[in-house]
Amino acid sequence: MTADPLLDLDGLSKRFGETVAADGLSLRVGRGEIHAILGENGAGKSTLVKMIYGVLAPDAGMIRWKGERVDLKGPADARALGIGMVFQHFSLFETLTVAENIALASAESVEKVRKQIVEIGPRFGLTIEPDALVHGLSMGERQRVEIVRALLQEPELIILDEPTSVLPPVAIAPLFETIRKLAESGCAVLFISHKLAEIRELCHRATIMRRGKNVATVDPTEESEASLAQLMIGREIPHPTREAATLSAEPVLSVQDLSMASDDPFAVSLADIDLELRGGEIVGIAGISGNGQRLLAAALTGEALIGSGDGGRIELLGQDVTDLGCAERRALGLAYVPEERHGRGTVPELDLAENALLTAHGKALTDRGFVRRNAVRTFAESCIRDMDVRCSGPDAEARSLSGGNLQKFIIGRELALEPKVIVAAQPTWGVDVGAAQAILQRLADFRASGVGIILISDELDDLLDVSDRLHVLFRGRLSPSIARADARIDLIGAYMAGESAASQNEITA
Amino acid sequence: MRWPITIEPRMAHSPVLALLPPLIAVSVTLVASALILASLGVPPGRALYFLYVAPFSTTFNTAEVFLKMAPLLLLAQALAIGFRARVWNIGAEGQLILGAIGGSLLPILFNDSTNPLMLPAMVMIGGLFGMAWSAIAAGLRAKFNANEILVTLMLNSIALQLLYYLVSGPLRDPFGFNFPQSAPFPLAATLPILVEGTRVNASIFFALLVTVGAWLLMERSFLGFKLRVGGAAPDAAHYAGFGDRRAIWISLLIGGAAAGIAGTFEVAGPLGQLQRVVSPGYGFAAIIVAFLGGLNAWGILAASFFMAVVYVGGDIAQTSAGVPYSVNTVLQGLLLVSYIAARVVTDYRLRWLPAMREA
Amino acid sequence: METLTFLLSGTLIAGTPLLIAALGALVTEKTGVLNLSIEGLMAVGAIAAFITVTHGGGYWSGLLAGGIAAMALSAIFGFVVLVTLGNQVATGLAIGILGIGLSGLIGRPYDSATVAPMAKMPVPFLADLPVIGPGLFSHVPLIYLAPLMALATWWVLKSTKLGLRLRAVGEDPDAANSIGIKVRRVRFFAVLYGGFCAGVAGGFISIVSATLWADGLIAGRGWIVVALVVFGTWRAGRIALGAYLFGLATLSGLLVQTTGVDIPSQLLSSVPYIVTIIAITVLSMQPARVRLNAPVSLGQVYHQTR
Repeated sequence: MTADPLLDLDGLSKRFGETVAADGLSLRVGRGEIHAILGENGAGKSTLVKMIYGVLAPDAGMIRWKGERVDLKGPADARALGIGMVFQHFSLFETLTVAENIALASAESVEKVRKQIVEIGPRFGLTIEPDALVHGLSMGERQRVEIVRALLQEPELIILDEPTSVLPPVAIAPLFETIRKLAESGCAVLFISHKLAEIRELCHRATIMRRGKNVATVDPTEESEASLAQLMIGREIPHPTREAATLSAEPVLSVQDLSMASDDPFAVSLADIDLELRGGEIVGIAGISGNGQRLLAAALTGEALIGSGDGGRIELLGQDVTDLGCAERRALGLAYVPEERHGRGTVPELDLAENALLTAHGKALTDRGFVRRNAVRTFAESCIRDMDVRCSGPDAEARSLSGGNLQKFIIGRELALEPKVIVAAQPTWGVDVGAAQAILQRLADFRASGVGIILISDELDDLLDVSDRLHVLFRGRLSPSIARADARIDLIGAYMAGESAASQNEITA
Repeated sequence: MRWPITIEPRMAHSPVLALLPPLIAVSVTLVASALILASLGVPPGRALYFLYVAPFSTTFNTAEVFLKMAPLLLLAQALAIGFRARVWNIGAEGQLILGAIGGSLLPILFNDSTNPLMLPAMVMIGGLFGMAWSAIAAGLRAKFNANEILVTLMLNSIALQLLYYLVSGPLRDPFGFNFPQSAPFPLAATLPILVEGTRVNASIFFALLVTVGAWLLMERSFLGFKLRVGGAAPDAAHYAGFGDRRAIWISLLIGGAAAGIAGTFEVAGPLGQLQRVVSPGYGFAAIIVAFLGGLNAWGILAASFFMAVVYVGGDIAQTSAGVPYSVNTVLQGLLLVSYIAARVVTDYRLRWLPAMREA
Repeated sequence: METLTFLLSGTLIAGTPLLIAALGALVTEKTGVLNLSIEGLMAVGAIAAFITVTHGGGYWSGLLAGGIAAMALSAIFGFVVLVTLGNQVATGLAIGILGIGLSGLIGRPYDSATVAPMAKMPVPFLADLPVIGPGLFSHVPLIYLAPLMALATWWVLKSTKLGLRLRAVGEDPDAANSIGIKVRRVRFFAVLYGGFCAGVAGGFISIVSATLWADGLIAGRGWIVVALVVFGTWRAGRIALGAYLFGLATLSGLLVQTTGVDIPSQLLSSVPYIVTIIAITVLSMQPARVRLNAPVSLGQVYHQTR
């Protein structure tokens, strides 16, 4: 045997426009090794693995595979070498069956693939039904499909991009079991994550990335979470501070018996939602994404209205708003931070000033039908200053901002509306630690000033940091309210995995 | 080997660069027109003269350019408003025909009237007829989500059949020897001529006025902002609470009104009566003008002028050298295709990749 | 009885070119590309076929020439939409206008010329049946082939790897790219295939059904084809049904005249267009059905980040 590592990256760089996503990255992975790539959102982890898998072509640097230099023209080349990939955002086609999805990425016929799925899956604890349509599968099941798809190529290296982010806590241990079995069989694993505890539990070695650079390679079992955090962001992970707040006497937002079907035939519908929010509290909505979060946000804010066949009632500040649309609810004092920043929260092609006008036009920014351009600029400038948005000013096009900065701008704009109720959907998703902290702190401050906030997030840590109460959303249904003091991972995890009320009682008992 | 260049979306737009695509498109069209006419036996020099110089060789010809520019400008401004809101009104031709029909009713019914209010009333009725026609598409799209491209296109064909029916039946000139056309309009029903001995009329002023209005609407008003948001990011418009149904209605009704008025101007202007042919494809040419002008009011002003020159030049080449009318259609298609292809330089940028670093 | 024979045979003749072009457009749209230039592609195909036959080429060569000519024009569409990332609606309109212009320009020397009808190929035994024999089984071969083509398109899209690939690209081009499908290449070939089918359909109209050339011969049928794909909710079987229904609708004029009722001919000429509007509207009223089959990425620019 040669001493050559299985995979050897030397000085890989990649640039997107002005952003340098990877800057001279070097890395070695040996056979049977579980190797972590650790870094916060935006550190360049995804860019790195996409280059390894041939999805992106590096601008500079080289990849060696078993000591040989390789030039990957596409994922097909990577697969031919023996590199498999499980994407964070699954590359599965909803209208196709499991077997069809897997056959698409292989040279085999659908028939052959069906047999292979039944054979190989159980060996690694991955049972799936080959003829099921993907749109009916849960996130965890979809991940199994992705892993089986990668395994059928008989890979020597398998890349898992943030695999735990789509799993309820109870499903993480079985995934780790699968990964360990893979490593024992000689397959190397690249495990991408920003969760420190997972990496310490699972991985043999860890490469830590910051701003596109490789800052350290360590043995994670010899590090503490604090020292890993130090390496990852240069300091300890900060937590927002919560000041005392007084609850309003009456609910500011209440939902009674809401059922709503989604426009999308493949998406989850909401069923029997009851929810109450008072001024001065943050109510967190936990759950794995894809369990109806988008529709719930749309229903609360008026983006989606109750249609025929649906039912329920929504009150905002004591007024029945069930049939009122987005603009009317906003006028009553509801601010909404949507999940998608580009294309929903902002218009990518328009500058920040015009994007401020999007929801803030009620703030005397128009006059007899004409836009008061100076007032709009001033307003945008104040949002930028208020949230410390890094940009060239109100003339910067929204698409030129990084995800975190754009999110800060949106939050700044929505908070400048002086709302009484805020619905924030995944506000820290894909945002770096510093920006996430700033956003959560802002929400906590607004809570202290008496605003009621619904925080929908699949980052459980964020929810536990700032929420007064939690509900868990599973397949379009809300769990009972869980007080902050009772919010233990095992209880929340049970709800996230959809365990019945009876079994939850056992857990709490 | 990988491609040495990559293309990536531009993050900021430069106004100088924005001039490039229309210039490229016009150049391609100039070269192509010379080649096409050469293939038909017209020497390239003469071809270019017919198409681009002859339109300015006499006062009459120059006036013809402005005569044809008026409907193109008027229609393109209105269509561009819809296109920016991503409402694809491809039915300007049919709406124009309806406008011509509506505008003809008064002068046909009161053929010997001298009432000075006749003309404004005709324009009103013509505009309303155009709007009514586009309202069919707007209603079907807003209420049932029926694709407006297909509906407006079908309405074009139906409008044409309706016109054929009317001019060969109910609206036919009883003293016209059975020709499929209406009685000639009285003087009170015709647009004032601007320059003696030519056909150019007041419609160009109206089109210029609409240009200023279109600019104010799209660049300065809140309504225009809402329409732009709806076109650029429908989800963002939804999030902001700007109703998409309203955008559909506004876009199509503005288009229908402008087309209806343009149709009235044709019958009250150069035609002087209702005929089987009321438009030499203005409704489609205006789509090209709108894109060529970058869907921007001032760009459209320039583009409509160029398109009018192509129209007049094509007519001259037809009468002087027997060049078929289809050449015009080919040039229009080329103009738009090359413009869209050239847009890649403004919307994206090409970046040379550095050579792979050897380790 | 004769009326019925006439109806059957007329429906097939009018419906066949619509079906052929619509099946091509279906494949193109399944990959996420909306090609609105069908009208122009059919016109170019029609004149290319007509010229080939006029100059002594056979009918099959004529149809092939029509297909290739339209395919060449659709290659420009593919380039502008897939390489320079042009807006699909605007590009389709532009190529459509270009195609109509080109067909008129090239076809001018042939204006109002005619060709002999293509030889019929009666199906043995079946052609001798009363009514349906002459109605359904005494036609040129292409008329029998069109339903088989619908069947084949259905099967390929549903059950083959090729079909899976086409659908995957239309449903989620990013995901398709990340599992190694060459999105742009797949789309380009689908555009070419759609162009070829449109050209053959145009050729069918000029050399088989009309047997003459005139500027504006296609007369909006290309747009009805686009509508048919929507009406058929992107399913080959429904598209076939729709194509023959439209074929029948175009006959309504002749049919009404035989009854002796006095209806303006212009109204009868409008029937196919009115039917199209109603069909599109009725279909659009069932958004769930559209969502289940419509390619998700239809009409969107896809910028590959590699």
